[in-house]
Amino acid sequence: MIEASALNKSFGAVAAVAEVSFVARDGQITGLLGPNGAGKSTCLRMLYGVLRPDSGSARIDGIDILGETSTARSRLGVLPHAAGLYNNLSARENIEYFGALQSMKRKTARTRTDLLSRSLGMDAFIERRVKGFSQGQRIKVALARALIHDPGNLILDEPTNGLDVMAIRSLRSMLQDLRAQGRCILFSSHVMQEVAALCDRVVIIGEGRVLADDTPQAIREACGGGTLEEAFLRVLGNAAGLG
Amino acid sequence: MGPLLCVFQKEFRENLRDRRTLFSALLFGPLFGPLLFGAMVSRMLNQSVIESDEPLHLSICGPEHAPGLVSYLESQGVRVRFVALPPGGARAAVRSGAEQVILIIPAEYPARFAAAVPAPVLLVADSSDSQTRKIADRVRMLLGAYGSGIAQLRLQVRGVSPLLVMPLTINDFDVATPAGRAVMILGFMTYFVLFAVLMGGLYLAIDSTAGERERGSLEALLSLPVARGNLVGGKILATCAYMCLSLTLSLTAFVCIFHFVPLERLGMSANLGVGTALAFFAICLPFVPLGAALMTFVASFTRSYREAQTYLAAVLLVPTLPIAFASIYSLKTKSSLMFIPSLSQHLLMTSILKDEPVAALDIFVSAGSSALLALILMVLTARHWRRETMLG
Repeated sequence: MIEASALNKSFGAVAAVAEVSFVARDGQITGLLGPNGAGKSTCLRMLYGVLRPDSGSARIDGIDILGETSTARSRLGVLPHAAGLYNNLSARENIEYFGALQSMKRKTARTRTDLLSRSLGMDAFIERRVKGFSQGQRIKVALARALIHDPGNLILDEPTNGLDVMAIRSLRSMLQDLRAQGRCILFSSHVMQEVAALCDRVVIIGEGRVLADDTPQAIREACGGGTLEEAFLRVLGNAAGLG
Repeated sequence: MGPLLCVFQKEFRENLRDRRTLFSALLFGPLFGPLLFGAMVSRMLNQSVIESDEPLHLSICGPEHAPGLVSYLESQGVRVRFVALPPGGARAAVRSGAEQVILIIPAEYPARFAAAVPAPVLLVADSSDSQTRKIADRVRMLLGAYGSGIAQLRLQVRGVSPLLVMPLTINDFDVATPAGRAVMILGFMTYFVLFAVLMGGLYLAIDSTAGERERGSLEALLSLPVARGNLVGGKILATCAYMCLSLTLSLTAFVCIFHFVPLERLGMSANLGVGTALAFFAICLPFVPLGAALMTFVASFTRSYREAQTYLAAVLLVPTLPIAFASIYSLKTKSSLMFIPSLSQHLLMTSILKDEPVAALDIFVSAGSSALLALILMVLTARHWRRETMLG
């Protein structure tokens, strides 16, 4: 479970995130939806503890990310916005490096990598150096790297960026598998179809504030029916005083 | 395995597969100095051989005016060649390089010589050419010797002792040891050693900081449950390992090169055997973490590979400054200077090359101050890595 309570963060005079609270539950996929620059990445970065909120707190399975950073982080897998890999290492070495840094035993990390390789369909390229990998292959390696220590919670920042349709479909089914395993998945996106197709719950963010937090179905109904995209635009429009 | 060693192992292995790191750490850094050095020293050797052994060739214009002078020059082994040139032709010939040095004996020479008033001779040479300048110097010395011989004869003829006009006899005592003379050339060898140390870690320092950021792997790394100090420590440690490798190769190359360059023929002895190389390694060792921490610190502030390269090029020059000062003011090993990194290493290595005794305290202060500065820089780097701005 991932909880944000009353998070605030300003960069200079700009309030990037204001009073953001929501909960992402286990066994669910929660989508953080908002236009570019709405504060999604800032919000996620506070949740995985690389940014310190001005006020408010972030908890992973009830553990404060700033209080007990290591314990909280060991229960969390992160796929940041820029999920770069080490080009001179093989896919396996990339993944096992993060395993070692998560204090896993070498043998355990190896078995776990074999398992992830099979389930993410990476067997064909697991031993190859990642230099020259396609975007789809890279995202698989980065996802495996985030999952190496078998975390109960997973945060993904715009994971579908730069992926083609095939890769997006395969990522989608990977996330559904992870949900079926009972994990808590929180991901951000500005692509409506993605969120509509995948999420059990949607948190809409605009200008750093939570504008809606409900199931996709409920958000559509609250906005008088139509597609989620129409509902999304209506919610954002209301916030901007255009409604 | 602890996280620090884990980061170290990964950085070491990853860079072992990087062509840029290998080139700068194992090829360019350690070998550039020794090769340049070997080439320079052998050229100096060839030059000095030319100076002393080669016969002196001289073109003379108007030899009929001074047969005595010409036969004196010939008796001194000068290969004389007579040329007839129009007025002004000698300068043009030397300027164009057709002739190296021309001695002109003008028509008024015999009359003035007979009257015992100074007789003019003209020496045409190009002083901007080091080769002909040396020939001109040798000719000038011969002319001077001929002149003073004539002067003594003139005095004796007039019944005056030539000793009267020699109030002083100057006797030179050069106390320089053969090893000391070599230091003139070996002086900047110490810079090449320090340069090799820094070059060894240059690309790793960039790759593990700015490179990590540019690739986009930094944020994932920072979101792991690993203390930032361990990340920084592992990276600096890997940088140190490559620097040690580069230092070892550089010293090995120097030992090999001095084995083949016959310095004794220059009247010098190179005090650079395996023992000296080991002493150099020990002296430079505290400079390794300092260089690694400095480069990692500077590179941590940069956003890209390119930017990091720009700033680190300046860092590479840092150790040259104290060494340049040392040679301008010809500083000697002093305890008060042992607090300055790079300068202290330079002075200690120079002392060893000169076969001078080195105080244990000086070595201790040199190592201590470098290590302390390295520690401060490491703490500052780790502190910077804990900041939010590190994300970029």
